[in-house]
Amino acid sequence: MSTPLWTRLSNPSHFMRWSGTLVPWLAAISTAILALGLYLSWFVAPPDYQQGETVRIMFIHVPAAWLGVFFYASMSLSAIGTLVWRHPLADVAQRAAAPIGASFTLICLVTGSLWGKPMWGTYWVWDARLTSMLILFLIYCGIIALWRTMEDPNRAARSVAILTLVGAINLPIIKFSVNWWSTLHQPASILRMGGSTIDPSMLYPLLVMIGAATLGGTTLHLYAMRTEIMRRRVRTLTIREAERLDAGSTVTTSDAGRDLPLGQAV
Amino acid sequence: MTFDLGSHGGFILASYAFTALVMAALVLNAIRDRRAQRRALAQLQPEDRR
Repeated sequence: MSTPLWTRLSNPSHFMRWSGTLVPWLAAISTAILALGLYLSWFVAPPDYQQGETVRIMFIHVPAAWLGVFFYASMSLSAIGTLVWRHPLADVAQRAAAPIGASFTLICLVTGSLWGKPMWGTYWVWDARLTSMLILFLIYCGIIALWRTMEDPNRAARSVAILTLVGAINLPIIKFSVNWWSTLHQPASILRMGGSTIDPSMLYPLLVMIGAATLGGTTLHLYAMRTEIMRRRVRTLTIREAERLDAGSTVTTSDAGRDLPLGQAV
Repeated sequence: MTFDLGSHGGFILASYAFTALVMAALVLNAIRDRRAQRRALAQLQPEDRR
């Protein structure tokens, strides 16, 4: 019986092979789309009739918000993969995604604040959307901190997966906060019943920027996953080397590590 | 070519500058981390060519 494609692709050794080929191409394509997006955002999209040039902040604020949520959603799926199937790549994916998601969430918060001051007259209000995004950032920080407190990746994986799934309850709150509560933040304007409320002259540049950010973020994620697999291999080899020195074995480091599956923690 | 970003130009430029700074830090840190792991692997496994 042949192995399913997904199982083959998610095998750490296979992952290192196909992602190594894919990452440079994805990096080049996402850079080209980003250049196009920036051109459209600055030279093609007109100033807003109410906000004027300040609307240009939208072209980085919205993609950053989307990616902050996107990476947390992907981490939640990985957490299920860790807890249910104990797949080594699921934990690798989750660990690599956390700093990237946290960075985009931070960009969203700061650019939103810089957009809020001229438009709302304040940098910050304890509005449901703003507060739920701040909570998302704090959850990201908590997850990264929890990983750093645990030496053993297997133990850390389970604890972090549980924390990630608990934090996932914040995702629908972020999405629907503008509908459930009366907020200063505007309601959904892209994904809504009845279509987008943004004029096509601004919507298309925004969609290109969202596409560029998603592809760029995914490229960075794959790159970070490859590094994480290397880190685990280094850890495995270091432990083997320490055990060898401890036991006075004659087996060399290279021999001990050669047959280990990539990404497999000891 | 000059841009007239109006009276709120500082907020717009600060937003893009902050985004560029965070993205540059993210990419440079990823590259630095990769190099560190590659060096460590080369020390532990001298014949490794990855």
